[in-house]
Amino acid sequence: MFRRLHEANDNPCKVFIDGEAFAVRDGDTVAAALLAAGVGRVRLTPVSGAARAPYCMMGVCFDCLVTVDGIGNRQGCMIRVRDGMRIDTQAGKRELGQ
Amino acid sequence: MSQTTLSDHYAVAVIGAGPGGLAAASACARAGLETVVFDEQPSPGGQIYRAITDTPLKREALLGKDYWCGAHLADAFKASGARYLSGATVWSLTPEREIGVSIAGHSSMTHASRVIVASGALERPFPVPGWTLPGVMTAGGAQILLKTSGLVPKGRTVLAGCGPLLWLLAAQYLNAGVKIDAMLDTTPAGNLAQARPHLLRFLFSPYFRKGIALVRAVKRSVTVVSRVTRLRAVGEGRVTHVAYSVQDGTERQMPVDTLLLHQGVVPNVNLAMAAGVEHYWDDEQLCWVPRVDEYGASSIDGVAIVGDGAGIGGARAAEYRGMLAAVATIRALSPGSPLPDEKSVRRALSAELRARRFVDLFYRPAPAFRQPVDDTIVCRCEEVTARQIEDAVALGCPGPNQMKAFLRCGMGPCQGRLCGLTLTELIAKRRALTPQAAGYYHVRTPVKPITVAEFAALPKTPAAIKAAER
Repeated sequence: MFRRLHEANDNPCKVFIDGEAFAVRDGDTVAAALLAAGVGRVRLTPVSGAARAPYCMMGVCFDCLVTVDGIGNRQGCMIRVRDGMRIDTQAGKRELGQ
Repeated sequence: MSQTTLSDHYAVAVIGAGPGGLAAASACARAGLETVVFDEQPSPGGQIYRAITDTPLKREALLGKDYWCGAHLADAFKASGARYLSGATVWSLTPEREIGVSIAGHSSMTHASRVIVASGALERPFPVPGWTLPGVMTAGGAQILLKTSGLVPKGRTVLAGCGPLLWLLAAQYLNAGVKIDAMLDTTPAGNLAQARPHLLRFLFSPYFRKGIALVRAVKRSVTVVSRVTRLRAVGEGRVTHVAYSVQDGTERQMPVDTLLLHQGVVPNVNLAMAAGVEHYWDDEQLCWVPRVDEYGASSIDGVAIVGDGAGIGGARAAEYRGMLAAVATIRALSPGSPLPDEKSVRRALSAELRARRFVDLFYRPAPAFRQPVDDTIVCRCEEVTARQIEDAVALGCPGPNQMKAFLRCGMGPCQGRLCGLTLTELIAKRRALTPQAAGYYHVRTPVKPITVAEFAALPKTPAAIKAAER
């Protein structure tokens, strides 16, 4: 789990994580926002259903794949939050047509 | 969303905006060459100077002087006139220097007379039991959270592994008032003997003074366990403990909320490999490195590789190599234009690289942390274990490419970035080959996933068709 240093407690921004509103920082990536909001796992793997969370934060490991504004399997660490953004954690495989 | 318009052609395209890319692009643009920089991140700096223009942590002492060196590079780059495109993912590079790039969900093709690849480094895989559990992440990843968002771990925090970055992160955390419960140092005891011939160069370099100060500062405040020989993350659905052994073999456990792993960095080779650049196995750095000449020129005409993507050398070396690639580029495209002072750049580069050899050899990770056994996951995406790989080799699977067919190893979204080196070493060991002979995945375009819709929306030019067909 992570906490925000005092000097970075500026530029608030509201996002919805699995439908619930959270105040994060404008400038956070989606993956950083998830960790700041205390989301312990961001997906269950399509292979075995194992829990995963952001691992590399630089776009190489693909463990922070989440659904952003309705589009699945986005790399959370490569996208910056926007006010009102909808972020949904993923469970297993994506369904066709989602 | 408005589409970014690219020209059909640029004199120079630089891929990556870390120290190597920034230095190369600035010099080319200053010489009057039309230069574009594609960078996947939201702001320039690469990973070492991540968020240098927009970090919330403005207090210099927190991240340290070396970090803030990046500000000068970013300023010079901004003033140079090079075009900077952030959030721009290059997913294709052909030997003809056609570039496929995705920006805000739209892909375009462009072409450049010279391409300078500055794709940087990524952290070496650290395949220990439990490394996929939530609560376990890389030290580099945690440092990115610090630089970009001012986020630090709360609860019990343990750093484990080896290499300068681990000490640097520990020191930065202490500066920020973060409590570190323990540091588990996996540096092998025997490394000093191999590194010793390079000790003198190291002692007279700035690395020594800085390194010693860091290590001392950390040791004053943190329990450091040396010579850790085994390590595993323990927990169901989330890490709760870290278990470790030292040389006597007894396993000890401690509770943990965040476990940060690191054992050095390796070149991020996917784009260059997909383009067809020739690579070789570097036995000292234990990774694949592109074959380049003294100006960074690769085996593909007009494609240079600079920075840590051309072999790990650190931020300063990256900057110097970027300048040298710019020298060759400017000479070829705009003879007579002002050049960086090649002689002094070369002198600085060679001093830098000589000083680093001690660090490379001293922190070379132990085989036990590179060649996992039993149920330890090797391929995080497809959840392939070391035992499955051993069994497949025993059944006759000869190399990494065939392992894809046997086990889907390396076929997940990370495209082998987190398992490739481990797989090469495991196959080499099991088949008693050199890693060079064991080989690597045939890395293919697109090197980052893009949607079918993006592909389909590309204009049907011969270049676009070629990029999609490869």
